[in-house]
Amino acid sequence: MIMPKIYVNGDAQEVSLPLNVSELIKQLLVENPEMVSVQVNEEFAEREDWESIQLKEGDKVDFLYFMGGGCLR
Amino acid sequence: MPKVKGKSEKFATAMIDFTEEQVQRYSRHILLQDVGVEGQEKIMNARVLVVGAGGLGAPVSLYLAAAGIGTIGIVDADVVDLSNLQRQVIHFTKDVGVPKVKSAEEKIKAINPDVKVETYYEFLDSSNALDIIKEYDFVVDGTDNFPVKFLINDACVMAGKPFSHGGILRFNGQTFTHLPGTACYRCMFKEPPPVGAVPTCSQAGVLGAIAGMLGTIQAAETLKYFTGIGELLTNRLLTFDAKTMQFRTVPVKHRDTCAICGTNPTIDHLIDYEQAACDLKNH
Repeated sequence: MIMPKIYVNGDAQEVSLPLNVSELIKQLLVENPEMVSVQVNEEFAEREDWESIQLKEGDKVDFLYFMGGGCLR
Repeated sequence: MPKVKGKSEKFATAMIDFTEEQVQRYSRHILLQDVGVEGQEKIMNARVLVVGAGGLGAPVSLYLAAAGIGTIGIVDADVVDLSNLQRQVIHFTKDVGVPKVKSAEEKIKAINPDVKVETYYEFLDSSNALDIIKEYDFVVDGTDNFPVKFLINDACVMAGKPFSHGGILRFNGQTFTHLPGTACYRCMFKEPPPVGAVPTCSQAGVLGAIAGMLGTIQAAETLKYFTGIGELLTNRLLTFDAKTMQFRTVPVKHRDTCAICGTNPTIDHLIDYEQAACDLKNH
C-alpha cells in the first residue's frame, strides 16, 4: 500500500491521513512544541489553528525553532 | 585592478582616495568584479553596529575589520571569561577580566588601523537601543538571549534599519537578514519563549566552530548588503546542522498580523523582557 507523503523540514515522510498539525507534532515527538513556529506550505500556521489544519498529500511543513546565540558565557 | 604610480601617490576614485597600501590591502576584494573599487569604497563608508562581542560578534568583527568597514560599533557589558575563549576568537588568554569591547577594539585596530571603532560598555536595553542603532547603517545581532534579540528586532524595525539575525545552539545555527518590509524576527517567532524554556549556549553548550560558521555568514551578508551583491537572506531562514553539514533555507513570509511590522502594529515602544536568572548572574 502506498502511503501519502508530506514534506517535513524538506524531508519526505509517509503519513496516515487524516492528520492535523497538532497530531503531526505529537507523532514526530517535537521537542518543546509550545516553543515552535510552524509553517504549512510556506504560510505560518497560528497555534490556535493547529487542530483544524488537515494535512494533504504533498504538503510542506516546516518547524522553526528558537536558537540563542553567542555573547554570554 | 587599479594601478598606483608611486608610493606617495594615491589612487583617485570618485569619492575616496585609495592609498597604495589600501589598494594592496583590499586587492582581493577589488579584483572581484562584483566588488571592485566602487564596492570597496561602499564598504569603507559603511557603519555597522555589532551587538555582543561574543561567539558571533567575534568572527563578525574580525571579518568586517579585515574587509575595511569604515566604522564598527560594538555593544557589550561583559568582561572576558576563560570559558569564552573556546569560541570567542577575538579575545585572547591575556584578555581575561578585560571588558569585551576593549579587547575587541584592540584586535580590530591591530588587524586594520583604518577602521574606526566605537565601543558601548553597556547592555542594550529599551533606554538606549534606538539612540545607539540610529547612528549605524546595518546591525548585526550577536547576542545570546531572546529578550535582546527581540529588542534588536523591534528597534531596527522602528528605526527602519536592516539587520542580520544569528542564533546558535549545540551543533546548529540559524540566520536571516531583515530589510525594511521583509520578514522580521517577530514574523517568525511572535514573542520570546518563557524564561528558561529554551536553553542558551551557556546552559546547553555549543561547538566553538559553529559560532565561526554562523558569524562568517552574518559578516558575508553585511558585506553583500553594502555592495549590493547577490541575494540577501531576506524572507528566508537559513538553518544548518553541523553534525550532518546539511544546510537549508526555509522560505518565510512577512506576516501581515506581525505585532511590530504588520499592517496594524500593536507594539509602539521597546520592551525589556525578563531574562533567565541563570543568564543574569553571568553579567
